[in-house]
Amino acid sequence: MAECPVCGAEFKLVDGAEKGEIITCNDCGSELEVTGKDSVQEAPQEEEDWGE
Amino acid sequence: MRVGLIHSIIRKEEKLLLDEFRSRPGVEVATIDDREIVFNLHKNNYSFDVVIERCVNHSRAVHAIKVFEDFGIPTVNTYQVAKICGSKFLTTQAIIKAGIRTPRCYLAFTPESALAAMDELGYPCVIKPNTGSWGRLLSKINDRDAAEAILEHKEVLGSYHHSIFYIQEYMEKRGKDIRSFVVGANCICAIYRHSEHWITNTARGGRASNCPVTGELHDISVRAAQAVGGGVVAIDVFETPEGLSINEVNYTMEFRNSIDTTGVNIPAKVVDYVLKVGKR
Repeated sequence: MAECPVCGAEFKLVDGAEKGEIITCNDCGSELEVTGKDSVQEAPQEEEDWGE
Repeated sequence: MRVGLIHSIIRKEEKLLLDEFRSRPGVEVATIDDREIVFNLHKNNYSFDVVIERCVNHSRAVHAIKVFEDFGIPTVNTYQVAKICGSKFLTTQAIIKAGIRTPRCYLAFTPESALAAMDELGYPCVIKPNTGSWGRLLSKINDRDAAEAILEHKEVLGSYHHSIFYIQEYMEKRGKDIRSFVVGANCICAIYRHSEHWITNTARGGRASNCPVTGELHDISVRAAQAVGGGVVAIDVFETPEGLSINEVNYTMEFRNSIDTTGVNIPAKVVDYVLKVGKR
């Protein structure tokens, strides 16, 4: 199980989740980044040169 | 064929592209996280046939593309396209040089000359950071008082990047503008971006609906794409009484809101193009 670093909610990552993929915590709505099979971290904050 | 996909975070777009690459027979796709990569500039350690750039950071994208290109690996998009599209100034220059309609635009280097430029252009006008996306830090300047305030804030609080003043004619959008998608020599689809706000970016809440690709839209979109070097780009287009007018060209296009809206499988078209470049 992965644990949301913001609210502590535990959840299972969907099959096929990519390392680096951005997901949203269903409990607190925080943006999270998948770092491994069962691990996430807070998604990086937007930087000045982010975009298209 | 071995494809490298360089990325920062994996957004919906990268996920769709990876799924599409993996569905193609004979294609092996490797992800390259730009936060982990270290380039030995003296030695090519990569055996890719083609690299597709999907970094969210413009600065990382242009540097990484340049390295891969210099190693002799074809990239989508090219360094030239990334460099031009990453600068609103260079994009405008390319569009003007190609004889394509675009809003009137001025460039100035000091707050005083920027104010003179705005006075000449007339109010309202728009000041934009030369590098930036998603509608961030755009300012609609309604009058001279607002101009003075914005320019003073930029001078005192802004970084080096904000010392180049890119000032554009304000275009009355009547609630919508167009985002067209070009892959190679084709404008594959387009959306209207609707908003009551003068900034219509979907990243800022603009709503998407399908926009038919007319002959005029196809022509101006492809010409704008070619003006910056071609490849896979998304183009912001204004509808004006004189005809369509090019605002900006984006080289790491986002399309999550445009697949269902247009009915066009955008990631499949992009992958087709990338594989074609890899076969050259």
